[in-house]
Amino acid sequence: MLRHQLRPAVLLTLLLMVLTGGVYPGIVTGLAQVLFPHRADGSLIVRADGRVIGSALIGQRFTGMGYFHPRPSAAGSGYIADSSGATNKGPTDRKLADTLIAQAVDSVVRREGAVRGHIPSDMVTSSGSGLDPDISPANAELQVARVARARATTAEAIRALVASHTRGPDAGVFGESRVNVLLLNLALDSAVPRPSGAAPSAK
Amino acid sequence: MTAAGWVQIALFSVVLLAVTSPMGRYLVRVYDGSMQWLGPVERLLYRAGGVDPDEDQHWTRYAASLLVFSAVGMLVTYAVLRLQQRLPLDPAHLPAVVPRQAFETSASFTTNTDWQSYPGGETTMSYASQMTQLAFHNFMSAAAGAAAAVALVRGLARRSAGRIGNFYVDLVRGTLYVFLPFSIVLALLFVQQGVIQNFHPYIHAVTLEGGVQTLPMGPVASQEAIKQLGTNGGGFFNQNSAHPFENPTPWSNFLQMVAIFIVPAGLVSMFGRMVANGRHAWAIWSAMFLLFLGGTTVTYWAEARGNPIHAARGIDVSATATNPGGNMEGKEVRFGIAGSALFATVTTDASCGAVNAMHDSFTPLGGMVPLVNMQLGELVYGGVGSGLYGMIAEVVLAVFIAGLMVGRTPEYLGKRIESREVRVVMLFVLVYALVVLTFTATAAVTAPGLAGLNNAGPHGFSEILYAFSSTAATNGSAFAGLTGTTTFYNTMFGVAMLFGRFAMKVPVLALGGFMAERRAAPATAGTFPVTTPLFVALLLSVIVIVTALTFVPALALGPVVEHLLMDAGRLF
Repeated sequence: MLRHQLRPAVLLTLLLMVLTGGVYPGIVTGLAQVLFPHRADGSLIVRADGRVIGSALIGQRFTGMGYFHPRPSAAGSGYIADSSGATNKGPTDRKLADTLIAQAVDSVVRREGAVRGHIPSDMVTSSGSGLDPDISPANAELQVARVARARATTAEAIRALVASHTRGPDAGVFGESRVNVLLLNLALDSAVPRPSGAAPSAK
Repeated sequence: MTAAGWVQIALFSVVLLAVTSPMGRYLVRVYDGSMQWLGPVERLLYRAGGVDPDEDQHWTRYAASLLVFSAVGMLVTYAVLRLQQRLPLDPAHLPAVVPRQAFETSASFTTNTDWQSYPGGETTMSYASQMTQLAFHNFMSAAAGAAAAVALVRGLARRSAGRIGNFYVDLVRGTLYVFLPFSIVLALLFVQQGVIQNFHPYIHAVTLEGGVQTLPMGPVASQEAIKQLGTNGGGFFNQNSAHPFENPTPWSNFLQMVAIFIVPAGLVSMFGRMVANGRHAWAIWSAMFLLFLGGTTVTYWAEARGNPIHAARGIDVSATATNPGGNMEGKEVRFGIAGSALFATVTTDASCGAVNAMHDSFTPLGGMVPLVNMQLGELVYGGVGSGLYGMIAEVVLAVFIAGLMVGRTPEYLGKRIESREVRVVMLFVLVYALVVLTFTATAAVTAPGLAGLNNAGPHGFSEILYAFSSTAATNGSAFAGLTGTTTFYNTMFGVAMLFGRFAMKVPVLALGGFMAERRAAPATAGTFPVTTPLFVALLLSVIVIVTALTFVPALALGPVVEHLLMDAGRLF
């Protein structure tokens, strides 16, 4: 009885493993590489000399005053892409309320001159992946003045750049309005060169 | 809550309604054998596998085939995880998975749970392990789940001396005609949105500010498709569908939610066609929809309301066109509050367990909905197969209780329900409650159980309750702060998942077999009609009462008291 049961179990396990674990991903990879090669390879942003700057989908750390800053991140020490992670702190957790959020609020107040009670909710909370590439338009707006000062230009110039990098909900319905921080900062670098010393240069 | 958020929820509901019936028709043709466009491949698999496709199995034999097949798959996966460093397709040179972790992971994927306590796929699993093992189980556990549901429905539909079909035929046909072709299409839609699909080694990028960022790569889209279609939920990366490489846009997010519900909703419609009572199937569909809508509303309300403690620290929780507002801790900007709340409800209504936001950081009531969804038995559309058979078990219970109230032997779909049918249904209901409550209680009072907590106070208790509610219900989502990579939790979770899957599936197949043995009993004036709003109300009452009596005390100690303390500003 058991031997009779074991034969198809073992044989079909192996056959279906080949089919679903080998043939299937093979077909998908082949088609994906032909149809959407750029996206299948990670939507990479590559410099003229071939060096990879990052992915348009994965957030990066920015600390320079001449750049827009992303949300706080719990992926490793912050935006460590091979170590995606969240705080997983609950709603009554003291560390989340009194350390993580409170300190983030303090630095936003100090750095951007934001007003307590009027801080966009994404600006001082960390995302689910720790790699969130986006910030909300309200979050970006709060950073405009500081970036303009650091780049010795007008707030209007920066604001126009933010507006052109603000994406509405998909198909007008799905998801939220958002600004991709890395793409915005890349555009900043080419549109408004930084005065020297305003931020660490890319080496 | 915003109008835009409600529009998304309404659109999702409309799409769900629209796909149910076509999917049901398709599934009937898959499981009655009439669909044949992959006939040559199918016959080749039977011949090479030594399966006689014409054998109609008695329920005991059907159950034995399912158990033996699952055991073999689990053993193979255990072996591969232990040996992955010696196998090909390991560009990141990841070491062998430790024994306790390999046991739990192989149990997890075999049982359709896909609970992942290992610290992230990108740092633990080689491409070979992900692709040949975890994805293989994603297919097989879904196909086996659907098979069990189809077998139960056959038992209700026919009079055949306990014979309910052939497990291997159902397994192969579900894989070939449903999960493989649908996954290929879905995977390509995902890649079009930006989900990656390659075998490259990890990429070392030099960031704009001059730092180094290692971008993980891999065959993600192919795994993502079956992860959702098969209501598996195990992500390629640590942060699952919150990770931009797994779920890059709101549109991919919407597709993922539809993919989770499409087969379970279709199975309900298939059920109606197979027992020739479409109105009964739509009554069940409606009951499921009401539970879905209720859960979504509560989660969305709670998350949009935000956390008063965090508001007091300076956050503006009121949503505008430019500020997502609410509770954004653990959520992605692109999905926002509505997209995260809807996803959390869908993934736990089904036995999926994929997450696009961290349930651990939800507000207490927002996090309680996923918890309750799992405790209801994941029968709101539910897991592939497990949702339908779980719901049928509740229907049998409801019809039985209605029969008791009028003092008649109850009938269901023209067959009498007697003591042995009710006994296996009660076994089905009790196994889950027993595993969740005893394991939670054990972990809550022992040192190794408490050592894993990431949060103190009532939220810590919620983490434990969530973990066992999820593993025993083979969901796999988590209050992910809990550290499960210990001998204690690896073992407890592994056992909970095996019980939650197989100790519940055997009673279901028994119920199918028993019903198949019954002769038809023509409906009389005393037969309780199963197509009316009254039936829907009775069914909902039975589901809520059975769950409420079992889990309300535990919920009171966790999320309920935490909600009150949060509003009072207490921290732990």
